[in-house]
Amino acid sequence: MKKELSKITNLSKVEKVEMRGIIKQFPGVLANDRIDFDVHRGEVHTLLGENGAGKSTLMKILYGIYRQDKGEIYVNGKLANLRSPLDAIRLGIGMVHQHFMLVPTLTVAENVALGLPSSRKYLLDLDVVSERIKELAKVHGLHVDPKAKIWQLSVGEQQRVEIIKILYRGASLLILDEPTAVLTPQEVEELFQVLRSMINRGYSIVFISHKLHEVLSLSDRVTILRDGKVVKSLPIAEVTKEKLARFMVGREVLFQVEHPSVELGKVSLALEGIWAQGDDDLPALRGIDLEIHSGEILGIAGVSGNGQKELAEVIAGLRESTQGKVFIKGTEVTNWPPSRLLEYGLSSIPEERMRDGTIQKFTVEENLILKDHLHTPYADGIFMNFKNIARESERLISDFDIRTPSRHTSLKSLSGGNIQKLILARELSRKPGVLIASQPTRGLDVSATEYVHRQLIEQRTKLKTATLLISDDLDEILSLSDRIAVIYEGKIMGVVKRNEVSIGELGMMMGGEKCQGDGSLDTN
Amino acid sequence: MTLIPIAAFLLALLIGTIMIAFLGVNPLIAYQALLKGAFGSTNAIADTVVKATPLLFVGLGICIAFRAGVLNIGGEGQLVAGALSATIICLNFAELPGWILIILALFVGFLCGAIWAGIAGFLKAYFKVNEILSTIMLNYIAAYGMNYLLRGPIMDPLQIELGSFIPQTTRLTHVVDLPRLIPTRLHFGTIVAVVFAILVYIFLWRTTIGFRVRMIGQNIQASRASGINVQKYMVLAFILSGALVGLGGAIEVLGVHHRLFTDGSVSGFTGSAGFNGIVAALFGQLHPIGTIPASLLLGALLTGANKMQRAVQIPSALIGALNGLIVLLVVGSDYLRRSQARRMEQTAESKTNSKNKNKKESQ
Repeated sequence: MKKELSKITNLSKVEKVEMRGIIKQFPGVLANDRIDFDVHRGEVHTLLGENGAGKSTLMKILYGIYRQDKGEIYVNGKLANLRSPLDAIRLGIGMVHQHFMLVPTLTVAENVALGLPSSRKYLLDLDVVSERIKELAKVHGLHVDPKAKIWQLSVGEQQRVEIIKILYRGASLLILDEPTAVLTPQEVEELFQVLRSMINRGYSIVFISHKLHEVLSLSDRVTILRDGKVVKSLPIAEVTKEKLARFMVGREVLFQVEHPSVELGKVSLALEGIWAQGDDDLPALRGIDLEIHSGEILGIAGVSGNGQKELAEVIAGLRESTQGKVFIKGTEVTNWPPSRLLEYGLSSIPEERMRDGTIQKFTVEENLILKDHLHTPYADGIFMNFKNIARESERLISDFDIRTPSRHTSLKSLSGGNIQKLILARELSRKPGVLIASQPTRGLDVSATEYVHRQLIEQRTKLKTATLLISDDLDEILSLSDRIAVIYEGKIMGVVKRNEVSIGELGMMMGGEKCQGDGSLDTN
Repeated sequence: MTLIPIAAFLLALLIGTIMIAFLGVNPLIAYQALLKGAFGSTNAIADTVVKATPLLFVGLGICIAFRAGVLNIGGEGQLVAGALSATIICLNFAELPGWILIILALFVGFLCGAIWAGIAGFLKAYFKVNEILSTIMLNYIAAYGMNYLLRGPIMDPLQIELGSFIPQTTRLTHVVDLPRLIPTRLHFGTIVAVVFAILVYIFLWRTTIGFRVRMIGQNIQASRASGINVQKYMVLAFILSGALVGLGGAIEVLGVHHRLFTDGSVSGFTGSAGFNGIVAALFGQLHPIGTIPASLLLGALLTGANKMQRAVQIPSALIGALNGLIVLLVVGSDYLRRSQARRMEQTAESKTNSKNKNKKESQ
């Protein structure tokens, strides 16, 4: 064990890693087809591609989780035989997975020490580990308390722990698998600063992403994968956002959805002085007033954790409001149970789509009827009408372009984009009067995002649905909303109309500045 | 993949072989005795089926509970609740016509099983009391409550008169004996059990209520967001689960023993069917139809083991150990099967992705 430790800690820096002609075949699919890829000391080389393009597979090969069927990997010019992540770590290669591999009930130091031999043999050396973590944190600007328990940390902090974990093991090439998918814009910026300073100190980074503006802002070089093949490999200076999107998707992509003007109807959803407690029993909403008209999308902008989640839950009947009133189409529905709200024309696209929006072990078909299985045409009395369920779900699968082998496929094997399409199909086909869309495109690739945006606009324009759009993605808020409300510490800082506000002004309000204009609508 | 539990079963028998050999008995002869004891004659087969019947009832109840994501470990108590209440009904209304009394007794057994499990369900749903703890405790309350009654209020007066004080009731009136199917111990209750297996299947997979029960078993948050009153359905799952087990207990009295008795221990009447039924359900992949052959297999093992014990003088402790070994390996193999299933699904996932790409390109 001691030998292992010394091997792990006395590392030479990775100067150059080369992957040549990598082929990886999974049953029924060629995940990597003769891929060449290299990364040098002091650079960020981005792997760009849609979900399922083979990015993660390629990097899991480099990290020793998968074995390639063919092809070689050279580290500093020497042929490397990577049989397990331990081999990769010995060579200075570390990977941060998309889904964190941390034990929530343990502390930061315990998580970092997990799996490593102690310097005191059979006794724990957590104080030594903590010191070293503090050092690493200081050098790289990865601020985190070694004694904090993981479950107490924000997602951004947990990610820092993951990075510290691999730095602790001596990695000088970092593979980051979609590190920004779960972060707020602020956390992304912090992460990028850390990464840039690491690059300056001679580390190298492989960045896996499908978010174009991030790729452009961080990378030195970019390699685009599609269907397991390299489409292009270019220095970042030679690409534009549009070019990257075309390479990645294989066709032109519209970034700005059309936003036709709509005659507004009556107020569909109104909140009057809503207060609610957060999970920590402190007030998360402090007197929210909002009105959304039929045919309108109201965007909620704000730094995440300022009450957005609680707001969506209160409206959906999943969190009790302690004060204030909610109205749907003029009827007071404050603290109605979800079942009654559903009947009353409320649909919602939940932020945590895997937890709140779908049942993983159920089939596509069953997931499509989660909310309406009690009613015709899905049920005759207490019996389910399988003929109608089949017909309707086939229709939804084709109308909403859900890519699935069949309606009997279990939900787990669908991609994130297709799961979101399924949720859209279920929620929109109910013809809701009010729709809550929370983080509707988080973690989705470019094509799926474009699709969701088009659907939301269509729903507003054609069916006059009043939509509450909650998103951390400011670009999304700006391109979809008719009006934008900024939330800060559970209060609405102001409501502004689209086109009448700059990102700078929004940013000020998100930081807690009051807005001057009242944002009232002159509809009638 | 169905081969894995079977392989586990065979492995358990193999280890059992070694244990038997250590006792100085020829394992081949022992297993021969077991097989003959379980299937060797019409009577043996009938005994196997009779033994399997309560396992099936418990297994069906477990299917509903586990599918709803609640762990009902209270089969023992619910069996007792059903058996005890049915017995009391038969003792007190012996003058009623036979078929009315049978239906009444079975219904009351059904109801009392439901109430007994419902208590645990209510505590879990509304007070977050761990259901494993509460159901096990309710087992003790039921078993010792029954033991007390059997030594006092409902003890056979003859036992008191003779001074032998065996804790059992008098033999119930013959009019409540469930009809025999063939001239063996095989009784009508088995048919009831199979009918209920089909009903449970229809309930879980063909009705909206069953759909909701399965929903809360898979994802409570999504169920809540879909407008389901999770607490209500949790209690319902417990009630239905306990009702089936309680019915099983009542049928045990009316079909097999025709009286209630105890040896004073916790499983004095049930013979641990409340626990073995859980194994049957797991063996049957928590599917009501799959639970039928699983119960038969366990029934055969229990019947055969009894006969083996008598035929080759193996201590009954070894039979218990063998039983436990099978449970351990089969449940363990279920883990193996699931991890294999996961791998298969991952493959399916990458296939889907590649298909999608092809579609996209052709657009």
